[in-house]
Amino acid sequence: MENFLYTLIIPVILFFSFIFTGLSGNKFKPAVSGIICTATVFISAALSYWTAYQYFFLHGKVNGVYQIINVYKIEWLKFNETLSIDIGILLDPISVMMMVVITTVSLMVHIYSIGYMKGDSGYSRYFAFLSLFTFAMLGLVLSVNIFMTYMFWELVGISSYLLIGHYYNKPSAVSASKKAFIVTRFADLGFLIGILLLSAFAGTFDFNELTNPNGNAILQSASTTFMGLSAISWALILIFIGCAGKSAMFPLHIWLPDAMEGPTPVSALIHAATMVVAGVYLIARLFPLYVFTSPVALEVVAHVGAFTSLFAAIIACTQTDIKRVLAFSTISQIGYMMVSLGVSGYGAEEGLGYMASMFHLFTHAFFKALLFLGAGSIIHAIHTNEIYSMGNLRKYMPLTHITFLTACLAIAGIPPLSGFFSKDEMLVAVMEKNIFLFAVQYVVAGITAFYMFRLYFTVFWNKDKKYEHVPHESPNVMLITLIFLAVCSALAGLIPFSQFVSSNGVPFSTHIHMNIAIPVVGIALAGILLAYALYKKESLSPEKIKNSLGVFYRSAYRKFYIDEIYIFVTKKIIFNLISVPVAWFDRHVVDNTMNGIAYTTNFVSEKIKYMQSGQLQQYAFIMVAGMILIFLLTLYLIIV
Amino acid sequence: MNNILSILIFLPLLLSIPILFFRKESETLIKSYAFIVSLIPLSIAAYLFFAFNPANPEYQFVEKFQWISISNTFYFLGIDGISMLLILMSAFIFPLSILASWTSIKKNIKQFYFLILLLDAGLIGVFSSLDLILFYIFWEFILIPMYFMIGFWGAEDRIYASVKFFLYTMFGSLLMLIGIIWLGFQCQPLLGQFTTDLTLLTRASYALDLNIQIYLFILFTLSFLIKVPLFPFHTWLPDAHVQAPTAGSVILAAVLLKMGTYGLLRFSLPLFPSAFVELTPYIATLAVIGIVYGALLSIVQKDIKKLVAYSSVSHLGFIVLGTFALTDVALQGSIIQMINHGLSTGALFMIVGVLYERRHTKKIADFGGIMKVMPVFSVIFMIVLFSSVGLPGLNGFVGEFLILLGSFYSSNLGTNAYSIVSTTAVILAAVYLLWMFQRVMLGPIEKEENKNLPDLTKRELFSFLPIIVFIVWIGVHPNTFLSKTETSVKKIIENFNASQKNFGKGNPEFKDLTNNK
Repeated sequence: MENFLYTLIIPVILFFSFIFTGLSGNKFKPAVSGIICTATVFISAALSYWTAYQYFFLHGKVNGVYQIINVYKIEWLKFNETLSIDIGILLDPISVMMMVVITTVSLMVHIYSIGYMKGDSGYSRYFAFLSLFTFAMLGLVLSVNIFMTYMFWELVGISSYLLIGHYYNKPSAVSASKKAFIVTRFADLGFLIGILLLSAFAGTFDFNELTNPNGNAILQSASTTFMGLSAISWALILIFIGCAGKSAMFPLHIWLPDAMEGPTPVSALIHAATMVVAGVYLIARLFPLYVFTSPVALEVVAHVGAFTSLFAAIIACTQTDIKRVLAFSTISQIGYMMVSLGVSGYGAEEGLGYMASMFHLFTHAFFKALLFLGAGSIIHAIHTNEIYSMGNLRKYMPLTHITFLTACLAIAGIPPLSGFFSKDEMLVAVMEKNIFLFAVQYVVAGITAFYMFRLYFTVFWNKDKKYEHVPHESPNVMLITLIFLAVCSALAGLIPFSQFVSSNGVPFSTHIHMNIAIPVVGIALAGILLAYALYKKESLSPEKIKNSLGVFYRSAYRKFYIDEIYIFVTKKIIFNLISVPVAWFDRHVVDNTMNGIAYTTNFVSEKIKYMQSGQLQQYAFIMVAGMILIFLLTLYLIIV
Repeated sequence: MNNILSILIFLPLLLSIPILFFRKESETLIKSYAFIVSLIPLSIAAYLFFAFNPANPEYQFVEKFQWISISNTFYFLGIDGISMLLILMSAFIFPLSILASWTSIKKNIKQFYFLILLLDAGLIGVFSSLDLILFYIFWEFILIPMYFMIGFWGAEDRIYASVKFFLYTMFGSLLMLIGIIWLGFQCQPLLGQFTTDLTLLTRASYALDLNIQIYLFILFTLSFLIKVPLFPFHTWLPDAHVQAPTAGSVILAAVLLKMGTYGLLRFSLPLFPSAFVELTPYIATLAVIGIVYGALLSIVQKDIKKLVAYSSVSHLGFIVLGTFALTDVALQGSIIQMINHGLSTGALFMIVGVLYERRHTKKIADFGGIMKVMPVFSVIFMIVLFSSVGLPGLNGFVGEFLILLGSFYSSNLGTNAYSIVSTTAVILAAVYLLWMFQRVMLGPIEKEENKNLPDLTKRELFSFLPIIVFIVWIGVHPNTFLSKTETSVKKIIENFNASQKNFGKGNPEFKDLTNNK
C-alpha cells in the first residue's frame, strides 16, 4: 500500500484542472485551457501506467494471487457506531485496468479535441468538463465502497449531461442531454434502492466486505425472502437496473443514440469507451456477491444483455446517421460483455466469462473510441452525419480510412486484431454455459460485421457525393490519436489478459479455441461479404431488400418505436393523466376546501354581524330572551 | 457572556428602531445600515457555532428567569445542536436577503428594512425559546412582519395571499395555545405545579394517558404541519411565495418553514412520545403523499416561482418523513436537510428574483437561451439546481440520502415502503428542475427582450457566493455540521426510548429521565 500513495494524484490533479479551467479559462487564450487540461491528463495517464506496472509486476501479487489494495480509506460520513462511509482508493486488477483505459482514451480525446473543437466558443468550458468527467470516472472505478461508487456515478452522469448539452443553443442537443440525465437517473433509482437494501441486509457498504467470498455479507445475506426471491437478489437486480441505465441496456438504452448530439470526441470518450461500460464494471466489482448469493440476478444480466445485443445490432443495420450506427453498435457490444459476465462462474478457469468480459471491455474501448474519432474526422471534413451523403472518402482521407478499417476489422473479430481475441474468449465462455445464448451471440457476431462494413463501404468506397468543398484530411493533432488508437486496437488482443485479470485474482492461461474461432470468423466474413455485395458491388439492391422486409425494416429503422412508447408514457400518462389532474385537484379541491372554510366563516359572520347593532333596546331584548330561555331550560331539566 | 442569546435576539430588535428615524430619502444609508445590523447576529451566531460544545447533550448558553410567576412561566433560553444550526442559518440568510432586495424594493424602504430586522430577531427567538409561552410569543411575533411584507411589497394578488397566510398559520397557532394551556393543567398533578417550562413538562407529559396525549399532540402538531406545510395544508404556500417579494420568499422558504419542522422535533416528539408513535403512520403517509404530490405539481407549473414553491412541499415532506422515522440517521438527515433546503431553495428564490428584476415576469415561457447573455448567472443557477436535485458532492444529496437510509431501517415506520415511494421524488426533481432550466436558460434566444439582459452585478454575485460555499461545503464535508447535532439527536432518541420504557407504569419516575443529565 505504501507503494501506491501517489495514486491519489491521478484523479485529484484532474479535479484541479477542472476548477482552474472552469474558473479562469476565459481569462486566457482558449488554447491555454486545452493545453493545461491535456497536460494534466497526460500526467494522470503516465502515473496510471506506472501504477499498472507496479501493481501487475511488482507489488500486486501475494502468493500468486492479485490482492485488493485499499490505498486510502478516510472516514467521510459517520452514521452511528456500526455504519460509516469511507472514501478512498481501491486497487485491484480491474480498477487498475480501467484506470489505464480511462486515462488513455481520455488523453487521446483531449489531444484530438484540440484540433476538433478549434474555434468553438465554449472551448475552455468544454475542456473543463472533460477534466471533470475524467476525474469522476476515475473516482468511480477507484471507489472503496458502493456508496462512493454511487456518488461518482452521479457525477459522471452530470458531466455527461453537461457535455452532451455542449451546444446549448441547439434544442435537440439540450433535449438529448436532459433525456440522458433523466433516463439514467431513473435507472439510478434502482441503484439507490439496491444500495439501501444491500446495506440493510449485508450491513456494510464496503467492497472488501461485500465481495469477500467468506465474508458475512455473502454468507448471511440470503436469508430474508420477498416475493420468492431473497432480499439480496432483489438488491442485486435493482443495482443491475442502475447498471442497465448507465450501460444503455434495453429498455433503458434510449438515451444513448440521442446522446450523439454532443461533440464527437465526447461520444468517443463517454458514450463509447468509458462511462457506458460503468455498468459492466460495477457488476464485475460486485461479482462474488452475484455469483454466490444470487444466480438469478446473473441470469437476468445475461439474458438482458443477450437480447440487447441482438436488438441493437438489428437497429444498427438500418440507421443512416454514422454516429447512431456506432451508438447502437456500442449498445450491442456492451450487451456482449453483460452476457459473458452473466454466464461466468467464480474461479480462474470457471471465471472465464468474467475475464473475457473485462477483456472485451478493454479492447472495445480502443476500437470503439477509434471508430468515433474516425467518424469525427469525417464529420469535421464534410459537416454531415448522414452516411448516404458520404462516399469515396478513402481518396480524400487516406489515414482516416486505414485507421477506420482497422477498427472495423477489430470489431468484426477478424484475426489477429484485438476484437478477435476477446470475442473468442467470450463466446467460448458462453458456449460452455448456455447454448441458446451462444446461438444469439453467434448471430450477432455476423450482424456486427455486416453493419460495420455497410458503414465502411458506403462511406469510403463508391462514387463521390456532392460535397460543398473538397473533403480534406484532418489536422495532424487529430490523426496522431487515430494512429495511436489503431495500433492499440490492432495489438491489444495480444496481451495475455488472463494472466492479469480473473474473477478471484488467480492468473491462468487461455488459448484460442479453434472449434469456436473458425465458425465465428466464418460468420464475420460472411457478414462482410454480404455488406460488400450490397453496398460496394451493389450487385444486390439494398432498396429491394428493404422493401421485401417491409414492416420489419421500418420498425427497425424507427428503433422499434421504443422512444415513442417512452414519450407516450411520460407526456401522455405522467404529464397529462397524472400531473395535470393533480394540479387541478390541488387548486380546485384542496385549496377550495380551505378557502371554503374561510368563506363559510365569513358568510356566517356576515349574517350574524347585525346582532352587533349598537342598539340598547335590541341588546336588552336579546338578554331577556336569553334569560327566559335559560330559565325554561333549567325548569325542563329539573322536571325531567 | 451569560446572556449571549438575549443579546442575539434583542440587539437587532433595538437596532432596528433607529431605522424609523432615518430620512426617507437616504435610501442607501437605510439599506447599508440594515445590512450592517444584520451582520451582528450573524457574527454572534458564528461565535456560538464555535463556542458550542457538541459533546454536551444539555441545553447550552441557558438563561432562565421567572417571568410570570402565577403560571410558572420563565424567560428561558437555551440551545442544543439543532437550534444552534437553525439560528446560524437564519442569521446567515438575512444579510443575503437584504442584498437581494437592494434594488427590487422601491417603496417604503424604511418600513421594509425595519420589518426584516424584526423578523431576524423573532426567528432567533423561536429557535432558542425553551418555555412554551415564550416560544408561542415569538412564534406569533413572526407572523406580523411577514404578513406586512407580503401584503405591502408583494405582487398583484398580495392581499389575498397575505390574508391566506395569516389565517392559516393563525388558526394553527391558536390551537397550539389551547394545547399549551391544557398541557399545563394535565401535568399539574404530576409536577405539583402549573408550568410552561419545556424541560419540566417533558419529564411528566410522556406519562399522560394515551388519548390525552393524542389530543394534545394534534393541537401542537397541526400548527407545525401547517407551517411546514404538509399536504393537505400546503395551499397557502404557493400563493404566499408567488406574491411575496424576493426577500420575503427567501426568508419564508429558508427559515419560516423550518419553524414547523423544528417544532416537531423540539415539542411534538419529546412531549408526546406515545402519541407520536401512534400517529406516525398517518403523518408519514401524508409526508410521502406530499413528497410525490409536490413533485408532480412542480412538473406542470408555468411560473418559476410556483414551481420552486411546490418543490418545497416535496422537499419538506422528506424532512417530516425523516423526523417520523425516528432513527438517529434519519433525524440527522432531517436536520441537515432543513439547512440544505434553506440554502438551495433560498438561493432558487433569489435566482427567480434576479430574473424577475430584469424581465418583470416569472413565466417560464417568457425566457429561453438566457445562458448566452448571463454566463456567470447560469453557473450559479446550475450549481443551485443540482444541489436541489440532490447531486452527490453537493448538500442536497447528503440530507436526502440520510433520510432515505434512516427511514429504510426505521422500526417506527415499520416498513420501508415509505422510503421506497419517496425515492421517486428524486427522479421527479430532476425532471421538473432540468426541464425548467432547459426552458429558461438553454436553447436559442427567441425573445427580443432577452437579448440584452445584463449579467449579475457584483452585489448580486456576492449575495450568491456564500450560499454556494455552503452548498459545496456540506456536500463535501457534512461532518462539520452533522457532528454538531449528533449528541442532541442521540439525546432525543434516548429520552424517547426511556419514555417508552416507562410509559404506562403509573406515575412518572423522574429519576430515569433526569439521570440522563
